[in-house]
Amino acid sequence: MTDATLNPVKSSPLANKRPSPSAAFNFVRFKKITEVGIKSIYSHGLRSLLTVLGIVIGVAAVIAMLAVSEGASYEAQQQFRDLGASNILVKSVKPAEVEESSRSGFGPPQAIVYGLTTADITTIRNSIPGISNVIASRIVKKNVWNGGLNINTDVVGTSVDYPVSRNYNLRAGRFFSESEVRDHGNVVVLSDEVAQALFPIDNPLGKTIRIDSDYYNIVGIMESEGFSNLGQNQAGSSNSAPSRIFIPFTSSKSRFGETTTRQTAGGVESETVELHEAIIQVEGQDGVIEVGEIIDQILQRRHKDIDYAIEVPLALLRQAEESALRDQIVAGAIAGISLLVGGIGIMNIMLASVTERTREIGIRRALGAKRRDIIMQFLIEAVILSGVGGLIGVVLGIAIPFIISAFWGMTTIVTPLAPILAFSISALIGVIFGIYPSIRAADMDPVEALRHE
Amino acid sequence: MLETESSPRPDSDAGVISGQELVASLDDIRKTYYMGALSVEVLHGISLDFYQGDYISIMGPSGCGKSTLMNILGCLDQPTEGKYFLGDQDTSKMEDDELSSIRGARLGFIFQSYNLIQQLNVLENIEMPLFYQGYSAADSHEVAMGLAARVGLEDRVDHKPFELSGGQQQRVAIARALAVDPLIILADEPTGNLDSKSGAEILNLFDELHDQGKTLIMVTHSDELAERSQRWVRLRDGLVESDDRRNT
Repeated sequence: MTDATLNPVKSSPLANKRPSPSAAFNFVRFKKITEVGIKSIYSHGLRSLLTVLGIVIGVAAVIAMLAVSEGASYEAQQQFRDLGASNILVKSVKPAEVEESSRSGFGPPQAIVYGLTTADITTIRNSIPGISNVIASRIVKKNVWNGGLNINTDVVGTSVDYPVSRNYNLRAGRFFSESEVRDHGNVVVLSDEVAQALFPIDNPLGKTIRIDSDYYNIVGIMESEGFSNLGQNQAGSSNSAPSRIFIPFTSSKSRFGETTTRQTAGGVESETVELHEAIIQVEGQDGVIEVGEIIDQILQRRHKDIDYAIEVPLALLRQAEESALRDQIVAGAIAGISLLVGGIGIMNIMLASVTERTREIGIRRALGAKRRDIIMQFLIEAVILSGVGGLIGVVLGIAIPFIISAFWGMTTIVTPLAPILAFSISALIGVIFGIYPSIRAADMDPVEALRHE
Repeated sequence: MLETESSPRPDSDAGVISGQELVASLDDIRKTYYMGALSVEVLHGISLDFYQGDYISIMGPSGCGKSTLMNILGCLDQPTEGKYFLGDQDTSKMEDDELSSIRGARLGFIFQSYNLIQQLNVLENIEMPLFYQGYSAADSHEVAMGLAARVGLEDRVDHKPFELSGGQQQRVAIARALAVDPLIILADEPTGNLDSKSGAEILNLFDELHDQGKTLIMVTHSDELAERSQRWVRLRDGLVESDDRRNT
């Protein structure tokens, strides 16, 4: 009995070596198993790639959709910031029917009359309480000259409150004053972009520019609106067009008149517009959307044609927020479905792999692998598979929004959270759908597994 | 210590060579397979003692229970009744994890079809039992390199099994079986897939191991193979028919 003891062979190669005490989990083991997993996946390259396609598509779709919806809500927020939370923008829009009739007519062209009038603004001011200010503007496209240099730009005739109402700051100089407005002064404030185009070297302040035959003193330069280049802004192109200059409202009216004529392919086209846009400032944000609706009702009553457009930034923001939420729900659903499909794909391939490698499982069990070693091996393999799929998906998901931005001009924003979240979920999918095949592998009878051909 | 037995174990049929230590002992091993309602007893009570340095051939016609006995000796299967001591441990009531541990730590397997893992190279195959025992990468590497040299494959360590001849693959398997310095090396028809020249090389290696005091248990049909060993256990119908030792 007592003689049945283990007698180690002398000069054993393991004589001075000891296994590490916690053999259950250590880094070396983990690394080895991972290496084996990668080898096994690599040896079935195409099959592995097809397997993870579901995960790839799922992850890429989620990141891309979130980027698009994030971009849309960013655009709305930009507009919101641009226009101000308590503002309502009313713009003149050439009605479709008028355009038709003027084209078919003979003889000297009739000036088309449309758009907002000072009377509209007075009515709005008088009938709606809570309007603190109205900044009406005329916008005329003109060639602006500095000696030989010229630029075709929007000349905005407006009042002194314009920069404040738009959160739009001066870079240098000042905006024109009340008295200059009263006196129909020949003063101008340039946007940064126009200043750079006309005065590439010297300081424009104190110098003059020419519009038609009149010279205007440059009194100020606005800050650059760099963000407006970011996304293609459809709704308010005139708001965010960087190329524009500002002169007093009165000067615009007296120098340019209310009728503008321009050369078209069919001849000459004239239009008479008193006001091109008006910013209506409301006291506090609470009533903005309602005031916008009332303005619409007033203008509907006063105008025969729909020759105006009303923009309520707050309403736009709400809309954008709603659609962003909807997009996120759709993205979530797509993600859920593709990841489920991807997970089933992984389970399928892992089951095939377990069957194929029955013999290997038997060998490993014979050489001392415990059940949990086998589970670990196949689980890690499943996680590597889904992780690689997730990684490819992340790369695609980041690339797709770039392509969307490049080709369709939409603003897209990839937040760092989206790829991280999508990748973590894909790894989790590997664990969830890898468990069953791994347990099946571990539960094999070693004798049977070794006999497997 | 063994807690269940109070009386001394029955003596082996073979004569005990003094000074040799008992490494494994089978005590009235029975194995019954159940297939639905049908039950078949394959081993009807086998008692054998194995000593340090034994070189044993287990022989017998097919269906005699050789494979079953080998699986039990290899702790791959459990006896239905009886006790199997490996070193000082009773394995017959062990849990699956304990069996894995004891296989990995105390047994070396050599199979007829080599059973190397195809994705791994020679060195990695030899290292594998050490890996499951939790040895460090550096230690495993050192031991495996030494063993590769010992079986004459030191210049092939980064080859994959399919790049090697059958004889070379079996030598890798031998090195792998030696990795953990097992109590017993179990070989199942080790030359069955080899030509006579490669087979002879393997048997020469076995002789060397025997000379170094290793304990070898080999299952074989071949009398030629059995001729090299020192002790012959013949099974018939699940019982030990004879147990003879070479007289030196």
